[in-house]
Amino acid sequence: MGNSTVETPDLSLMAEALRREPPDSELNYLNAERGLWSWLTTVDHKRIGVLYIISILFMFFLGGMAAIVLRIELLTPERTIMSADTYNKAFTLHGAIMTFLVLVPSIPATLENFVLPLMLGAKDVAFPRMNLASWYCYIVGALVMMASLIFGGIDTGWTLYTPYSTETSGGVGLVLVGAFIVGFSSIFTGLNFIATIHKLRAPGLSWFKMPLFVWGMYATSLIQVLATPVLGITLLLLLMEKVLNVGVFDPALGGDPVLFQHFFWFYSHPVVYIMILPAMAIMSEVIPVFSRKTIFGYKAIAFSSMAIAGVGFIVWGHHMFVSGQSSLAATVFSFITFLVAIPSGIKVFNWLATMYRGSISFEAPMLYAISFLLLFAIGGLTGLFLGSLAVDVHLHDTYFVVAHFHYVMMGGSLMAFIAGLHYWWPKMFGRMYSEKWAAIACGLIFVGFNATFLTQFLMGARGMPRRYYNYLEEFQPMHVFSTVGSWFVLAGFLVMLTYLIASLRKKKADAPGNPWGARTLDWEETSSPPIAHNFHHTPVVTHGPYDFYPQESGR
Amino acid sequence: MKWFRSIMMPPRGSEYAGQVDDTYFLIFWISTAFFFLVAGLTAYFAIKYRRRPGNDGPTPNITHHGGLEAAWTLLPVIPLMLIFVWGFHDFVDARVAPGNALEIKVVAKKWLWAFEYPSGVRAINEIHVPAGRPIRMVMISEDVIHSFFVPTFRIKQDVLPNRYTDLWFEADELGEHVLFCTEYCGKGHSDMMGKITVDSPADFDEWLETGGDLGKDLPPAEFGKILFRIRGCYTCHSLDGSVVEGPSFKGSFGTERKLKGGGTVVMDENYILESLMKPQAKIVTGYPSTMSTFQGLLKEREINALIAMIKELK
Repeated sequence: MGNSTVETPDLSLMAEALRREPPDSELNYLNAERGLWSWLTTVDHKRIGVLYIISILFMFFLGGMAAIVLRIELLTPERTIMSADTYNKAFTLHGAIMTFLVLVPSIPATLENFVLPLMLGAKDVAFPRMNLASWYCYIVGALVMMASLIFGGIDTGWTLYTPYSTETSGGVGLVLVGAFIVGFSSIFTGLNFIATIHKLRAPGLSWFKMPLFVWGMYATSLIQVLATPVLGITLLLLLMEKVLNVGVFDPALGGDPVLFQHFFWFYSHPVVYIMILPAMAIMSEVIPVFSRKTIFGYKAIAFSSMAIAGVGFIVWGHHMFVSGQSSLAATVFSFITFLVAIPSGIKVFNWLATMYRGSISFEAPMLYAISFLLLFAIGGLTGLFLGSLAVDVHLHDTYFVVAHFHYVMMGGSLMAFIAGLHYWWPKMFGRMYSEKWAAIACGLIFVGFNATFLTQFLMGARGMPRRYYNYLEEFQPMHVFSTVGSWFVLAGFLVMLTYLIASLRKKKADAPGNPWGARTLDWEETSSPPIAHNFHHTPVVTHGPYDFYPQESGR
Repeated sequence: MKWFRSIMMPPRGSEYAGQVDDTYFLIFWISTAFFFLVAGLTAYFAIKYRRRPGNDGPTPNITHHGGLEAAWTLLPVIPLMLIFVWGFHDFVDARVAPGNALEIKVVAKKWLWAFEYPSGVRAINEIHVPAGRPIRMVMISEDVIHSFFVPTFRIKQDVLPNRYTDLWFEADELGEHVLFCTEYCGKGHSDMMGKITVDSPADFDEWLETGGDLGKDLPPAEFGKILFRIRGCYTCHSLDGSVVEGPSFKGSFGTERKLKGGGTVVMDENYILESLMKPQAKIVTGYPSTMSTFQGLLKEREINALIAMIKELK
C-alpha cells in the first residue's frame, strides 16, 4: 500500500507521548499546570470554559443585584430609594449585562466550550488560540462597557433606541464599543464550534450519532456567525452618528429612527435563539439521561433546531407592530411568528414522549430541567399573545412583555444553563454537590420566579407600562408581590452559591467518571475531571448517544 | 365570567376594546389548555415512571412514531392560524379610521402631550372628547420617540419625530381614561401621562367653546398649582427647593439669577413670561437648556396663575 510508510509510527514521538502520560490518575486538567499565568495563557478548552464560567457568574451577580435594587425601588409608586435617573441607569445596566454579558455567552462559551470536544471525542476545539482570544474579547468588551459607569452610566435601556441614545449624555459610546468587542467573542466561539463539529468528530461519530446537544449548538453557532456582524455594523453606525454626526438614525441629521429598530431587532431577535437553542440542547441531554431512555424523535429535534435557527431570522418585525412600520409588514411578521411556535412545540412533545415509560430520577439537573419545561411552556405560550397583532398593540411595552421575556430568558435559558451546570459540575470539578440543598434552591427559585413574573403578566395586561419609575397607585399591591418574589429568587441563588462552593472545598475528588449513567463520550470515556488532553486514546463510537435499551451484544 | 375579565383586563372604554378582549381570551384559553396538557403529562409521567425498584432497568427503545409526530406538528397549525386571523382582523379595524372621525393633532415632547382641535382649541395633557364619535389622533414628536397608549381603549402607537403616525378610537361611555407614554423617553417618562375625559356631545361642545374653564372658581395661585401639575412643569421644576432637572421655584421670585454665559436677570413677571415663550433665551447658570416653548399652549389667565403661584412660594 502506498501510504503504509506514512502509517509507520514515529518511535521518538511515541516515547515523548509516553513521557507526558500522567504518572498517576490524580493528574487532571485542573492541576496539570499551576499558577494564575498558566490559566491566563491556557489554550485548553476546558480551562477557557472555566474562565468563562467565573466571569459570567460574576456578571450575573452584578446584573442580578441591579434587578433586586430595581424591584426595591418599585415597592412604592413614588421615590423609594433612588432618583428617576438612577433607576433608568439601573435597568439599562441590568438589561445590557444580562443579555450581552450573561445570556448570549452563557451556555455556548461555558458549558459547550467545556463539553463539545469531550462529546466529539476530540482533544480540543478546532482553533484553541481563537478560543482564548474570544475570552479576552469578552473581558476587554465587558471592561469597556463597565467603564461607562465611571462616566455616569447610560440611561438608554439595553435596546439603545434612537434618537434618544444619540442625544442623551453619558457613556453610550463606551457601551457601543464594548458591545462591539464582545460581539467578536461571540463570533469567534461560533466559528470555532462550527469548524470543530465538522472536522473533529471521533471515528464512528456520524452526524446522526452526535448527541443532540451538539446539533443544538451547531444551529446556535450558525446564528452567532450570521447575526452578530449585523449588530456590530449597527453599533458602528450609531457610534459614527454620535461622534462624527453622520446622519443615519437621528432625524435631526436626516436619518430614520425606525431604521435603527429594524437593524437592532434583525440581530436581537435571532439572539433570543442564541439564548434558547442551547437551552433546548441541554434539555435534550438531561431528559433522556435522567429518564434513562432513548430520546424520542432524534431527527425531529435536530431538524427543529435548524428550523428555529432559520425562521428566527425573519420574524424581527414582531417587535415593531406599533413602531410605525407598514401594516402589511406587520401582518407578514405576525404570520411567520406563529410558524416558529411549531418547531418549539415539537421539542416539548418530544421531551415528554422521552419521559414516557422511562425510569425517571430527580437529581438536581432533572429538577431544573422540569422547571425549564414548565416555565418555558408559559414563556412560549404567552408569546402567542404578543404575536397576535391587535393583542400585541395593547400589550406592547407593558409589563406583559417584561414577564414574557423573563419566562423565556430566565425561566428558559437560565434554568437550562443551571441544569447543565449541575449536570456537568461533577465532570468539570470532580466533586458532587449536596442534592438536598440543590432541591431546596431549585424550589426557592421556582416559587420566587413565578411570584415575581406571573404577577407581571397581570399588571401588564391591566396597562402598567414598562420602564416606569413612578406608577399609578392601583398597581402597588402587584408590584409589592412581585418584589417579594424576587427575594425568594435571590435566596435560592445564594443557597446555590453556598453548596457549589462547599462542593469545591472538598479535599478529595469524589465524583465517579459517569455518575448519571449517561451514554455520551464526555461521560463514558473521560475521568472526572478529565485529563488535560481529554482522552488517553482517541475513542471510537460504537453506539448511539441515548442507547439505554437492552443491548444485544457487548455493553 | 365577567368578574374574571374585570380582573384580567382594564375596564373597557370602547366597543373595539371588547373585540380585543375576545381575541385575548381566545388565546388565553387555548394556551391555558395547552399548558395544563404539558404540565399534566409532566407530572403524570414523573410520578408513574419514577425510578423505583421494579422500574430501574433498561427502558424500551421507542425512537419515533410517525403518526404522533405528524399530529403534533400539524394539529397546532389550526389554533395558531385561528389566533393569527383574529388578531389580524382586529388590527385592520384599529388601523383604518372611519371617514367622519374628529381629527386631533398631537405633539409629543419631553415630557408632555400637546393637543390641537380643528377649531384651533389647544390643550396640554388633559383633553375632552365626545362619546359615540370616532376620534383620530394625528401625532408627531418634537424630540425622541414617544408612544400613545390608552389601556382602556386597547390602543397604542409610537409617535415619531420625523413623520406622522395615527390611531383612532370611539369611546362609548362617559368617564375618564388614562393616557400613558410607553416608549422610554428619559427622566420624565413615567410622568408623561394624560387624561382623556369622555363627555356627552353637548358637554363636549360647551368645553370646546369655553376652551376648558378649568380653575375658574379658584384663586390664581391655587389654579397655578393645578397647572403646575397637569401641564407637566413638575417633571423638571419643584416647589420645595429640590432640584429635579431645572431650577426650583421656591423663594425664587424677585431674586437675581446668574445667567449662563454671564449677566444676571431678576426673576419677575416678564422673565417668567419670557421663559415660558422663549425658554432658550436666558438660561440660569448650572442648568441644562432642555425646556421647550409653551407659545400658544397657555392662555393669558393660565400664565397669570402660574406667576401668582411662583410669587407666593416664599
